Amino acid sequence: MGQPAVAITDLGFSYSPSNGSLFSGLNLEIAQGLRFGLFGPNGAGKTSLMHLMTGILGYEQGSIELLGHPVKKKNKTVNSLFGLVPQDFSFYEELTPVENLEFFGAWAGLSSGETRQRTEELLEVMNLREVRNKAVGQFSGGMKRKVNLAIGVIHQPRILFLDEPTVGVDVHTRRELIRYLIGLNEKGTTLVYTSHQLDEAEELCQRIALIDKGKIIACDDLGPLLTQHRQTDLEGLFLHLTGNAFDK
Amino acid sequence: MIKLLATIKKDIRILMRDRIGLVLMFGMPILLVLIVTSIQNNVFQPFSKNKVPLLISNNDTGRLSQELIRAVDQVGLFRLETFDSRRKHNGMLTLLIPAGFSAQMAATAKEKAGKALHSFGLEGDTAARPADADSLTLLFNPGIEPSLKLSTAGAIDGAIQMVESRQIIRNIYYSVNEKPLPDSLASQMLSSSMGLKEIAESKGGTAIPLNATQHNVPAWTIFAMFFVVMSLGGSVVREKLNGSFIRLKTLPTNYILALLSKQITYLGVTFLQAAVLFGMGVWLFPFIGLPALSLPHDGPGLILVTLLVGWCAVSYAILVGVVARTQEQANGFGAVSVVILSILGGLMIPSFIMPGSFQTIMQLSPLHWALQSYYGLFLEGGKLKDILINILPLLVITVVIQLAIVVILKRKKLI
Repeated sequence: MGQPAVAITDLGFSYSPSNGSLFSGLNLEIAQGLRFGLFGPNGAGKTSLMHLMTGILGYEQGSIELLGHPVKKKNKTVNSLFGLVPQDFSFYEELTPVENLEFFGAWAGLSSGETRQRTEELLEVMNLREVRNKAVGQFSGGMKRKVNLAIGVIHQPRILFLDEPTVGVDVHTRRELIRYLIGLNEKGTTLVYTSHQLDEAEELCQRIALIDKGKIIACDDLGPLLTQHRQTDLEGLFLHLTGNAFDK
Repeated sequence: MIKLLATIKKDIRILMRDRIGLVLMFGMPILLVLIVTSIQNNVFQPFSKNKVPLLISNNDTGRLSQELIRAVDQVGLFRLETFDSRRKHNGMLTLLIPAGFSAQMAATAKEKAGKALHSFGLEGDTAARPADADSLTLLFNPGIEPSLKLSTAGAIDGAIQMVESRQIIRNIYYSVNEKPLPDSLASQMLSSSMGLKEIAESKGGTAIPLNATQHNVPAWTIFAMFFVVMSLGGSVVREKLNGSFIRLKTLPTNYILALLSKQITYLGVTFLQAAVLFGMGVWLFPFIGLPALSLPHDGPGLILVTLLVGWCAVSYAILVGVVARTQEQANGFGAVSVVILSILGGLMIPSFIMPGSFQTIMQLSPLHWALQSYYGLFLEGGKLKDILINILPLLVITVVIQLAIVVILKRKKLI
């Protein structure tokens, strides 16, 4: 596959020098085209690592590259390569889905025509046509999650970072979103995903990394990992490796 | 350009859906200008229309107390009402004329006339002693403005002088001519032939009407423009705190563009505020009995000053939003600071009556320079070149605020 989608080498990061390092000498490589899951207990550093990979946080040591471009030097090229679907709703509640997509499309560097075309496609795929002119603030949790995801993919990024993309939605919407993500991956988008929904993760992820106290304690394809540690599911594997009660 | 236009469109949409923000930015200033101008309109009305009520209790039965009342009436400042001092009253200003006032005044005048005649080498009664009587008393409500009390006391004092002078002249005339002084001659002798001409200074050489509208509309327009801090400051904080900011940080566009869009959008808002309030002064006020606003002759100058005041107001609001950590901080600090800056700037209390130390501090308030710029156009009939001295400090303050915004954003790693 050539260049890895994400390459983290000898990463060092701390929120403040007095708190000690969150990451020290961390290495991770995610190949292009994968559906990659990043799991760990609360406070393990999953969201921080995702924020470092997307340039929201700056690191002090090592390097992070997306498709061969260093993230440390935040520039238009790097930012055009990836999309982010944060855990918190990241849109303007006063605006309709169309208006949100129009704004974020422009900020992602799309032309007006491209934004219009992508907006129509996404409204169709996400089943949001009927509510296209309604303020997002009036939407249900599931519909908001769809808008959150649609904005993250409007510019058809090559890598998509997903932080708990289905939290708080019903089972139908969850299945709908997972199907969409698998379809997106089949078209070539690399997915980097984190969640506490381990059954969902088993369905979605081809390869996983378990992270605890800022260290990667396991990283492999899910099948071999389960066999190696004599576990039948991801939850059992997680409890086995972290030695902690997994916080759902 | 596409990004900027899309961002401006987004900001306008959010603004148009923020009904409370719109009421604060347009409804409140309209109400404020209407109320303040209506109240202050009385202060600017000519005296013939708007007289100060003065209660008079005359316990004297003589002629001179009647002359005093006529003299007080002729000042033209008061609407006189007589009342019985034995009854309760609720007047703001009350003049008590004691019993024996005429006798005392006559004796005082006789003594002074005697001294004058004596100094001329004529025969006069220098031994006359004023009768023993209570003095005149001015009762005032502690709530009245000190300046009104002072001008009332001054006017009554002038009337007393007039009555006493007339009585002295009568005495001298009688001593010399042994016949009473004719009233016409007394009036000629006591009236001044040196008139006082009052001219409002005008930079443009044109007569500008001085009224409450001309003073209040520009002043409260400035206040309204700076009050956008309630909407804009809060909007900046909201964007920083909600999830959209995280996403904006990961997109290939600098956050400074978001702030540029807000500046352009809200500059439009402040310009619209000024247009609405000036339009109200010009067209609505005459319909509700208030003086019409007379717009400055220098139209381009008015537009430039309005844009500059708006830019300063918007810059200040963004600075508050960038510094504040919560929306409550932005709203609380924003509102209180604008009120303080407007007091210091002379919007609520005329700057010339401020103590010396405040005269220096007020120069730090952008609202002071904004007000001086508008007054130069609205009250003094000046042109742009006449008010450059006020525009330049306003521009400097605005640029300093803009630089502070950039420095703080860089420190917070937001750009």
